[in-house]
Amino acid sequence: MTLPELVCPAGSLPALKAAVDNGADTVYIGLKNDTNARNFAGLNFDDKSARSGIDYARARGRKVLMAINTYAQGGNVSRWHRAIDEAADLGVDAVILADLGLMDYAVRRHPDLRLHLSVQGSATNYEAVNLARELFGIRRAVLPRVLTLDQVRHVIEHTDVEIEVFGFGSLCVMVEGRCLLSSYATGESPNTHGVCSPAKHVRWEHGETSLDARLGGVLIDQYGKDEPAGYPTLCKGRFAVQGDTYYALEEPTSLNVMAMLPQIIDIGVAAIKVEGRQRSPAYVSQVTRTLRAALDAAGREAQRFSVRPAWQQELGKLSEGQQQTLGAYNRPWK
Amino acid sequence: MRVPELTVPTRLARLLGRLPATPPAWLLVTSLNQLVKRGVLPADMELLAERRFEVRLVDAGVSLRFAADSRRFILDRQPGEPDLRLSANVADFARMMLREEDPDTLFFNRKLSIEGDTELGLIVKNLLDSVDWHETPLARFMAS
Repeated sequence: MTLPELVCPAGSLPALKAAVDNGADTVYIGLKNDTNARNFAGLNFDDKSARSGIDYARARGRKVLMAINTYAQGGNVSRWHRAIDEAADLGVDAVILADLGLMDYAVRRHPDLRLHLSVQGSATNYEAVNLARELFGIRRAVLPRVLTLDQVRHVIEHTDVEIEVFGFGSLCVMVEGRCLLSSYATGESPNTHGVCSPAKHVRWEHGETSLDARLGGVLIDQYGKDEPAGYPTLCKGRFAVQGDTYYALEEPTSLNVMAMLPQIIDIGVAAIKVEGRQRSPAYVSQVTRTLRAALDAAGREAQRFSVRPAWQQELGKLSEGQQQTLGAYNRPWK
Repeated sequence: MRVPELTVPTRLARLLGRLPATPPAWLLVTSLNQLVKRGVLPADMELLAERRFEVRLVDAGVSLRFAADSRRFILDRQPGEPDLRLSANVADFARMMLREEDPDTLFFNRKLSIEGDTELGLIVKNLLDSVDWHETPLARFMAS
């Protein structure tokens, strides 16, 4: 039995090394611009750090993927084309693309470059996945975090494209590839600018009794003293709706599929992805080490597998809002 | 080696709070400049120039203020609000620096607070994250 690949995030060279050292099979990275969905000041790779990271991973038998997963903007398409050229030149093991125009460019210009369909491509059924394979020869698709485990199985049974699913990390409203929510407060959105709460629009205000989060001047949450905080995104804000103030869209929470690993292996998932290129090397080390141990144990123990309390504790601590969920994978009412 | 769960005792903090903050701030600025000079801290000084920082060690009652010009870090003796203030207990700063804990984790748990220019905070965080301690003698102190 082959285990799914463990695909871990890196926003810096030390994070990439942390992923490799702690047992990632594959690391995914992005360039220092809006061609990827973690376009934060000071984060990501330039040519030198990318080369050095790829060398480090290769020397240890691991792979490196490059996310170019935002949508090319009119008038500036060349920046996205250059990113694809650079990825091909660096010799990454695959590029992760969402934009169909960029897929077309990649196939024509770099026929040997392996293509993965990004979660932002929003393909939730096997027809969409197979169409992308026919058109562009994609080798893997990352499924949006909206399908139940049975639905993931259904996709896998009807395609020979490898299927990658999310295993751990912050959740959002998951309108993958189509979310423009932050535009209403900041004028920028994840798919157009590579960031959903641009830091320059975020203000943390320390009041007498609360910590206030403002995005583009709009108050989106107030945390009481010692109440766990989350990322300052609109979808995870608390809003007054008909007299009640609550998480009207989504609660700050993290996906954690550890409990489902035997089923994920069983249905033939090719890769499990960890969210968090914006996080630090410490996070990458802790998540990678924990999921490596859990995945290996699930491979050995199959249905006898149980989640060890220490793993749960380690991942729980790292979670946004300190809540964890199986997300859409588990929908008993379906 | 893990950083133990300790806070600076209140009495000691009261004493520390009364000592002048210039010597530790000077030590911090000097260390930062050494790291930049040796190429360990890959700081783009253009992004930090003319900005003022405060590191507040909450349990110790000590605030370290410094600034940057286009070439190096300098002491900040001006009154007024800094552009960025990071506050945490000494042990949590140590965990962050030794890569035992991720700053986002500490932030979610309300053990780290960020005030002022959030983007500048992100630049500083990502700068610290990009330091490759593997390349320095400090590597053996870092969490793996």
